[in-house]
Amino acid sequence: MYVAVKGGEQAIDNAHRLLAKKRRGDTAIPELSVAQIREQLPLAVARVMTEGSLFDEELAALAIKQAAGDLVEAIFLLRAYRTTLPRFSPSLPIDTAHMVLSRRLSATFKDVPGGQLLGPTFDYTHRLLDFSLLAEGAYPGPQTTADARIEACPRVLGLLAKEGLIQNEADDNASVADITRDPLEYPASRAERLQALARGDEGFLLALGYSTQRGYGRNHPFAGEIRIGDVEVWIDPEELGFPVCLGSIEVTECEMVNQFVGSATQLAQFTRGYGLAFGHAERKAMGMALVDRSLRAEEYNEEVVSPAQREEFVLAHCDNVEAAGFVSHLKLPHYVDFQSELELIRKLRQPAEGTRHE
Amino acid sequence: MSQPLLHVRDLSLLYGPEKGCQGVSFDLYPGEVLGIVGESGSGKSTLLSLLSGRLPPQAGSIGYRSKDGEWLDLYSASEAERRTLLRTEWGFVEQNPRDGLRMGVSAGANIGERLMAQGVRNYAQLRGAGLDWLGQVEIDPQRIDDLPRTFSGGMQQRLQIARNLVSSPRLVFMDEPTGGLDVSVQARLLDLLRGLVRELDLAVVIVTHDLAVARLLADRLMVMRRSRVVETGLTDQILDDPQHPYSQLLVSSVLQP
Amino acid sequence: MNDLTQTPARDPAYNFAYLDEQTKRMIRRALLKAVAIPGYQVPFGGREMPLPYGWGTGGMQLTAAILGADDVLKVIDQGADDTTNAVSIRRFFARTAGVATTEATPEATVIQTRHRIPETPLQADQIMVYQVPIPEPLRFIEPSETETRTMHALNDYGVMHVKLYEDIATFGHIATSYAYPVMVDERYVMDPSPIPKFDNPKLDMSPALMLFGAGREKRLYAVPPYTQVTSLDFEDHPFEVQKWAHNCAICGSHESFLDELILDDAGTQSFVCSDTWYCAQRVKENNQ
Repeated sequence: MYVAVKGGEQAIDNAHRLLAKKRRGDTAIPELSVAQIREQLPLAVARVMTEGSLFDEELAALAIKQAAGDLVEAIFLLRAYRTTLPRFSPSLPIDTAHMVLSRRLSATFKDVPGGQLLGPTFDYTHRLLDFSLLAEGAYPGPQTTADARIEACPRVLGLLAKEGLIQNEADDNASVADITRDPLEYPASRAERLQALARGDEGFLLALGYSTQRGYGRNHPFAGEIRIGDVEVWIDPEELGFPVCLGSIEVTECEMVNQFVGSATQLAQFTRGYGLAFGHAERKAMGMALVDRSLRAEEYNEEVVSPAQREEFVLAHCDNVEAAGFVSHLKLPHYVDFQSELELIRKLRQPAEGTRHE
Repeated sequence: MSQPLLHVRDLSLLYGPEKGCQGVSFDLYPGEVLGIVGESGSGKSTLLSLLSGRLPPQAGSIGYRSKDGEWLDLYSASEAERRTLLRTEWGFVEQNPRDGLRMGVSAGANIGERLMAQGVRNYAQLRGAGLDWLGQVEIDPQRIDDLPRTFSGGMQQRLQIARNLVSSPRLVFMDEPTGGLDVSVQARLLDLLRGLVRELDLAVVIVTHDLAVARLLADRLMVMRRSRVVETGLTDQILDDPQHPYSQLLVSSVLQP
Repeated sequence: MNDLTQTPARDPAYNFAYLDEQTKRMIRRALLKAVAIPGYQVPFGGREMPLPYGWGTGGMQLTAAILGADDVLKVIDQGADDTTNAVSIRRFFARTAGVATTEATPEATVIQTRHRIPETPLQADQIMVYQVPIPEPLRFIEPSETETRTMHALNDYGVMHVKLYEDIATFGHIATSYAYPVMVDERYVMDPSPIPKFDNPKLDMSPALMLFGAGREKRLYAVPPYTQVTSLDFEDHPFEVQKWAHNCAICGSHESFLDELILDDAGTQSFVCSDTWYCAQRVKENNQ
């Protein structure tokens, strides 16, 4: 006789213990520290902070360790933690024009005031596995000039705007909704879209951006400017009556210059897409900028033909915490729903089987 | 003296100078077929969108007299009322049947949808209506469970007509219903339309650039050019004796077979 | 209190039931709106929870918002108290709220469920919280949220019956066996969550309050007590519930929803009650 199985609680406890063991790996090898992850995997930390919507390098590093290197899982950890945090104050908008630059480039002009500042980048490396990294050793730092200073770097898109060649983005001082507090409803404002894209999955946005380049809703992008560096974060609490600087954070900003629009009554102007990420996260910022511009299709009366131009499609599916949750929920027991389907399919097959015998 | 069905005064929507339509006024009577003709860019599609409740005008008004005799100001009414109208007393035949059909469900479901929306809850009755209407639009009733994408262009168009007429509308809008079809297919479709319009006493507003279609279906014509109506009158009068220089140009440029 | 009811100690590091009071208030406001408009989907500012989206975060946020210190909580998944996710969620509230938990249906004041309604009839002082993956019943016919919102607002539900018609034309029967759409209070079409259609009749005129939470989609809705809930159908193809040729192999019930088990390589089937507490109760009563 079949006896109902019990013991789910014990099974779960054991699963947790096995997970801890897998995460630790061979105990003869030194344990990875959160400080090591923070210092030596900065690009992973940047991704987790950006999509976790929380700038805290140490917590992001901890999440990466706890998640055994699964970045989407780490992002989930950071987001869940974020839910518990009290809101203190909104900051003033960060001023990327006054960024302390570590990297700055523009593909639209051979030379721009301030020049092309390569900074630390994989761009010119040859992708050959460096087996010397298998051995650990002292790392020789770069040669630097003692008094090196960066020249002033005015915004490239600002230079275009001075000539009237690109629309200025206007600040209408409207209050900005917070998609982490209030549910997103369609049609969304540009601010809400940018919030969703900023915390959206890098791979998804990359693929959508790529699809626009391959013809699924072309908008002729050029990398107008990419900047990476530190910006100050300021708050302006009512009680004080003056703004206060909390410190600096590293951000990556990308402005794409896109296909121009115009009409009989309006002179032609370039359009733009915008991307922003925490830390050093160039691919994310670029993908985001491509998708931002793509989602402005209706604003510019462009025909909406591709997935990257459809707001509901992009915004409903770009959050990898939501996506991973729903995909992975298929692992939950579904035997009752499946039982219903079994009963139905057996019933539907009955008449057909009956007639076949005739 | 019967009352008009549609009462349009000074209707305007302009996208740019002479792009769109302006100053359009007319009355449409039950059972009357009004053709709107003109070349592309004349504003006839804009006018059709305004008349059918799809685009709000910048100026002017549209009044519709519903089944119970009450006048409805089309754009003072709510979105709900307009959508209900479009599902019941009105029909809209799209130029491309794919825009006017549910391509993913069967022909029978396409025809039955309006009835289901009105609360018909009997499968046999819905299927019966489907078979009946397929017959009326000359599609083999055996195809009732087939998907529209298995139909030819002409058949899809006839299915679209059935889908609209099943709710016994009083007013049907048609946007180039024969555009994109072979000449012989067009002829058959026009014949069918003419028969149905007479039999069901439908009022129709039909947009077309094809004067042969206008001649066959329309009682009256409005000739549009660059956002304005340049001439109106009985179809035969306009086609046989056009007064406005543009109308004359239009008529004379039609290739004689 | 029987031996299936326990009262654990609450972890003081968290606010009662994990969510902050502002968030709970926001959810309760949304719930009041939902109760006032039966079957209507109310958007709410859902929060990330420590369980993944799709695993019950919507249900958990609703439970967290309504739970009080004196409540007794039952959590089931697929009808069983002991499935891993039910255990996980029950532990979560035991730890963050310290409320008494139980497996006995009549003892519970709040029942959070995934995909089943208990066999034991509910009472007037009970609240059911359903976990909902896709709150929109029209979603699979119409992918656009803007369009489905308009359809609900305008009572434009023709397309719902189009799907049912199509099923009959293709299979001879309506081919929906779970998440079977219902009409609530003769106004809104609602997705009752992926409960088997077998459970749909339990929603109609129930003395209990039914709350539905979709965390990922950020929508909640409600069916107040004693509300009319009818499953969509055609007059000549009326709504039918599932029936089994077997009885439960453990308690002998012929009335409950049965799970099918495969016992050996030859494919030998056995059928047992999905509602594990109901089954165990019947065994107890049979032995008395």
